[in-house]
Amino acid sequence: MIAHAKRSTGYYRWRRLLASIWKYFMLIALALILLTPLYWMLITSLKTSLQTFALPPAWVPDPVRWRNYIDIFTEVPFGRFLLNTVIIEFWSIIGQVSASALVAYGFARLKFPGRGFLFMLLLSTLMVPYQVTLIPRFILFTKLHWINTYLPLIVPTFTGSAFLIFLVRQYMMSIPFDLDEAATIDGANKLQIFWHVILPIAKPALVLVVVFTFVDVWNDFLGPLIYLNDTAKFTVALGLNFFRGARETSWELLMAAATLATLPPTIVFFLMQKQLIGGISSVGLKG
Amino acid sequence: MGKKKGLWHSDAAKEAVVGYLFIAPWLLGFLAFFAGPIIASFVLSFTKWDIVSPPHWVGLRNYHWIFTHDTDFYQAVKVTLKYSAIYLPLEIVMGVAVAMAMNLKARGIGVFRTLFYLPYVVPAVASILVWVWILNPHFGLLDTLLKFIGVGGPNWFGDPAYALWGIMMISLWTIGGSAIIYLAGLQNIPPQLYEAAEIDGANGWQQFWHVTIPMLTPTLFFKLVLGLIGTFQTFTSAFVATKGGPMESTLFYMLYIYNKAFVSLKMGYGSALAWILTLIILAVTVAVFKSSPYWVHYEAERN
Repeated sequence: MIAHAKRSTGYYRWRRLLASIWKYFMLIALALILLTPLYWMLITSLKTSLQTFALPPAWVPDPVRWRNYIDIFTEVPFGRFLLNTVIIEFWSIIGQVSASALVAYGFARLKFPGRGFLFMLLLSTLMVPYQVTLIPRFILFTKLHWINTYLPLIVPTFTGSAFLIFLVRQYMMSIPFDLDEAATIDGANKLQIFWHVILPIAKPALVLVVVFTFVDVWNDFLGPLIYLNDTAKFTVALGLNFFRGARETSWELLMAAATLATLPPTIVFFLMQKQLIGGISSVGLKG
Repeated sequence: MGKKKGLWHSDAAKEAVVGYLFIAPWLLGFLAFFAGPIIASFVLSFTKWDIVSPPHWVGLRNYHWIFTHDTDFYQAVKVTLKYSAIYLPLEIVMGVAVAMAMNLKARGIGVFRTLFYLPYVVPAVASILVWVWILNPHFGLLDTLLKFIGVGGPNWFGDPAYALWGIMMISLWTIGGSAIIYLAGLQNIPPQLYEAAEIDGANGWQQFWHVTIPMLTPTLFFKLVLGLIGTFQTFTSAFVATKGGPMESTLFYMLYIYNKAFVSLKMGYGSALAWILTLIILAVTVAVFKSSPYWVHYEAERN
């Protein structure tokens, strides 16, 4: 009996060890496959122009050419693209945060006739594909003489986005109403309750709004493509594509620019990892 | 409450006014950037208009031309449907596989989850350009790796037979974004179900088919709907990588709308195309919703 038990623990220990080796082998293989393109981007960005055309391609740059990261600012107005994007980011974040906080507070904490219907209307806009409003919007902004300015990209953010309003509203719904009542007894009006009671508690949701807006604006391609004409007004995303058309063969510079463009969202992701993944899984599934 | 208040001075009426003021930003945006444009787009689809000169009413002529003469339209529909039909099943199978890898109990699994998710963080244009470089037929990395195992790589974005696959590869690279949603679905499965299955003698494979997959169907459904809408709207990867070529093999529907409306400035024709796409998306979404009782497994509401 005892001998049998001993043998089987040994057997199970072996099996466990093999299973865990197999597990890590798969995890590492998958990681290598998914990370190779990133490595390739980084490594190409440090090669000389000559070395990008070496056959077979070199896995390590030799010599390491850091100068590529200076050249993208001098040969192409990458600094300008960055600055333009930062301007749009700044106003879009202010727009989305203020709009989603205000509108979400209205829907979550105040009673008014038609609230349920209007909220359904807000949710239904999520279902309508964007291309159906794209052309009339373009015409509207053309008639307003907003083409080739940042206004078509910034002004709509001050009216909020249905998804972000929904996200903040869900968060505000979870705040106990006792707090509002206590503040009302203390003589606070609705605006004061919004500002002093609800807003501080809803901060985590608003941080998510900042992050989502930041990433959306950083990635947006179609919007700037349609509304901006001057190269000097291009964003990073648009500039990258322009870069490619202008200098088809400078892959080392293109990859340096792509690496720089990847850096800000990656930093934000690492700072916000926990909240982001929590936010995605809670909002994404319980909607 | 000493004072008698009129209807407009009651607390409820005050709160209503304040409420409307708080939601006013969204309401204005809804009218100006959503409801107005939808109506305008419908009306525009019956006109011929280049923005510069006054619009002409042409009735149903845009739609008639699209369905009877426009071979590019049929090509765009074909490319988009073909892409959805191949990409979505691949996305679901690979997404679930990566999610299951993310869900393994192993030391350092958090690091692997982050690594798998990382490609999704890369800005779309940057990742497209990286893949255009990797798939370069002469100096690209993939070609070299394929030669290493003795296969000559195709001229990806230069060959009508392969260009669509190249675009698919770019999207599949960012599978971590979907996997994280499947992971949330996997983690919502109550462990008791697996325990019960084990007691009943189910092996790993049987548990996967009879516990994991049924319990994951709500997530699969959610992702399928989003995926359909998303693939029908594919634009940036085709615009940056191929411009629709070679030989229109990657002429995605959105790219075709873009070309008509913003390159040729045919606003009316473009609007008609946009409405057709919207109706296709609506029809497919409704069909998927109607199919859901047959395959989506919802747990009974628990109290």
